Amino acid sequence: MTSIGTGYDLQNSVFSPDGRNFQVEYAVKAVENGGTSIGIRCKDGVVLAVEKLVTSKLLKPEANKRIATIDRHMGAVSSGLVPDGRHFTSRARDEAASWREVYKSPISTSDLASRMGGYLQAYTLYSSVRPFGITAILGGWDSEIELPVDGQVGDGPASGAGGKTEGKTYGGPALYMIEPSGQYWGYYGAATGKGRQSAKAELEKLDLAAGELSLADGVKEAARIIYVAHEENKDKEFELEMTWISAMDGPTKGRHEEVPKELLAEAEKAAKEALEGEDEEEEKKDEGEGDKMEE
Amino acid sequence: MNHLPQAWGRPRDDVYGAYDASYLSQAGPSQHTQQPIVTGTSVIGLKFKDGVVIAADNLASYGSLARFTNVKRLRAFSSSGPPTAVVGFGGDVSDMQYLDRLLQSLSIEEAYSSTGHGLTAQNVHTYLSKVLYKRRSDFNPLWNHVLVAGLDSADAPFLASADLLGTTFSAPCLATGFGAHLAVPLLRKVAPSEDAAAELSEEEAVKAVKECLKVLYYRDARSTDRYSIAVVKKGGVDIKEDEVLENQSWKFAEGIRGYGRTTE
Repeated sequence: MTSIGTGYDLQNSVFSPDGRNFQVEYAVKAVENGGTSIGIRCKDGVVLAVEKLVTSKLLKPEANKRIATIDRHMGAVSSGLVPDGRHFTSRARDEAASWREVYKSPISTSDLASRMGGYLQAYTLYSSVRPFGITAILGGWDSEIELPVDGQVGDGPASGAGGKTEGKTYGGPALYMIEPSGQYWGYYGAATGKGRQSAKAELEKLDLAAGELSLADGVKEAARIIYVAHEENKDKEFELEMTWISAMDGPTKGRHEEVPKELLAEAEKAAKEALEGEDEEEEKKDEGEGDKMEE
Repeated sequence: MNHLPQAWGRPRDDVYGAYDASYLSQAGPSQHTQQPIVTGTSVIGLKFKDGVVIAADNLASYGSLARFTNVKRLRAFSSSGPPTAVVGFGGDVSDMQYLDRLLQSLSIEEAYSSTGHGLTAQNVHTYLSKVLYKRRSDFNPLWNHVLVAGLDSADAPFLASADLLGTTFSAPCLATGFGAHLAVPLLRKVAPSEDAAAELSEEEAVKAVKECLKVLYYRDARSTDRYSIAVVKKGGVDIKEDEVLENQSWKFAEGIRGYGRTTE
C-alpha cells in the first residue's frame, strides 16, 4: 500500500491521496485473521456455518454460540472481532424489531442487509469511531406463504383491488455478506475469515447459481467446506457450528434453527471422510510421480 | 362480568344511582379507552387428562352489527420451538391486536436467549395479568378478558383467566362473558373438580366444549356458528380455525305458532 506511514492511516474517515480509507482496510485485516464462516443459499433454504477455533480445553463444548438468530427467520454469523459481531447482532435485532413495530410484519433479509450495510458504513464516516472488525454473513428465508399482519381482522378481499393474484408467490432464500466498509451484496455462496480462499474455491465448484442444491446437501457441503478451509490451520483444534433455515414446508418451517445434533454429526463424519479420501488420492499421485522420477 | 360492553366495569345504576359525572372535565388532556368498540364474545376452556381445550367463535361485533366474521381469537404462543400455549381473547379487538403484538415481540426476544428454557402457559398468564393490571391502574385498561391454556412448569394442564381489571382466576373449566353464565354450568357437569378434570379424555373434553359453543350460539346474540378450537397437550398445539357448528336443533320451531293460545 502506497502512502502508508504518511499519516493517512492514523484516523478513520480520512481519505488517502488515492481515495482510500486505510482504517477500513486495517479492519479487513482483522477479519482475515478470524475463523472461517460461510453461508450457502440452497434451493429450499440457507445454511450458515462457522469454524470456531478452540483456544482452550477448558472451554465447554457447544457453548459460546457464534451464530445468532435475528427475528425468527434470519441468522447472522461473522468472522473477525467476536464482540463486534455481537454488537452487529444486537443492532440487527433492534432493526428487525423496529421494522415489525412500523410495518407489522417481519423484515425481509434484503431490507435488513441494507440497514446493516448502512449501519456499518456510518462507522467509516467519523474520526471518533472505528470501523467494525467483522465481515458478517446474513442468511434468511423470506416467507412465501401469506403471513397475516399480526392481529389482523379478517382475510381481506379475495380478488380485485387489494386482493390476491392467483399463483403469485413471493419470498424465498436470501444470503448477504456485509463488509467493514458497509459494502454488501447478495450471494449464492459466501465465505469470509482465514480460510475464505479455499472455501470460496469449493463454493464455486458447487454451481449454486443453478439453484439445484437441496438444503440437506447444503448442510453436508457446508460442513465439508469448513473442514477444507481448516486444513491450512490444521495444528489448531476447532468446533463446527452450523444452523439452517428452510422453507415453510421444510424441516425448520421458515425458522432459523441449529442443525440437529445427529445431522451435524453425520455431516461432520462425511466431511472427515471426504478429506481423508482427498489425502489418499494426493499420496497416490505423489507415489506415482516418485516412481516415474526413479525410472 | 356482564356481556353488554356498554355496562362493563360500571356500577349498576339501579343499585348505586346514576353516576354523577358533572365534575369530570369534558375535554381533559388525556383520552383513554373508555369503552370497547369492536368486540369478541365468549372464550371457553376446559382441562382434561393431559391437556386443555380452548375455543372461541370467529366473530367480531360492532355493537349489535356482526361486522367481521373471520376473526381468529385464539393465538398460539411459542418462545422456543413449537407452540406451548394458546391465548383466547374476549373483549375489544383492537386491544387484542395490541396484546398479540406484545406477545409476539416477547416470543421473539425470549427465543434469543440460548438457555433452552421457553415460557410456559403459566408464564404467559402471569405476564398478561401484569400488563392488564398495570393498565387498569393507569385508568387506561385493555378491554379484554383472556384465557390462557397450556401446560405449567411441571407439565400439568394449566388454564387461567385474566381480565381488564387485572383480576386472575383459575379453575378446571373457565369461560368469559356470556360463556361464564351458560358454558360454565355445563362444563362443571363434566368437570366439577380438578380430580374430575384429570379423569376426562380428550374426546370427552372436545365434545363438551363444542356442546357449549352450540348453546352459546343459540342464546348469545353476539355469537356466530363459525369457531376456532385448540387442543394444547405436551406434544404441542393443535389449532383449527375454521370450524362450523353441527347438529343444531331447530326442527321444534315448526310447531310453535303465535304468542298465546291459538286455534290454528
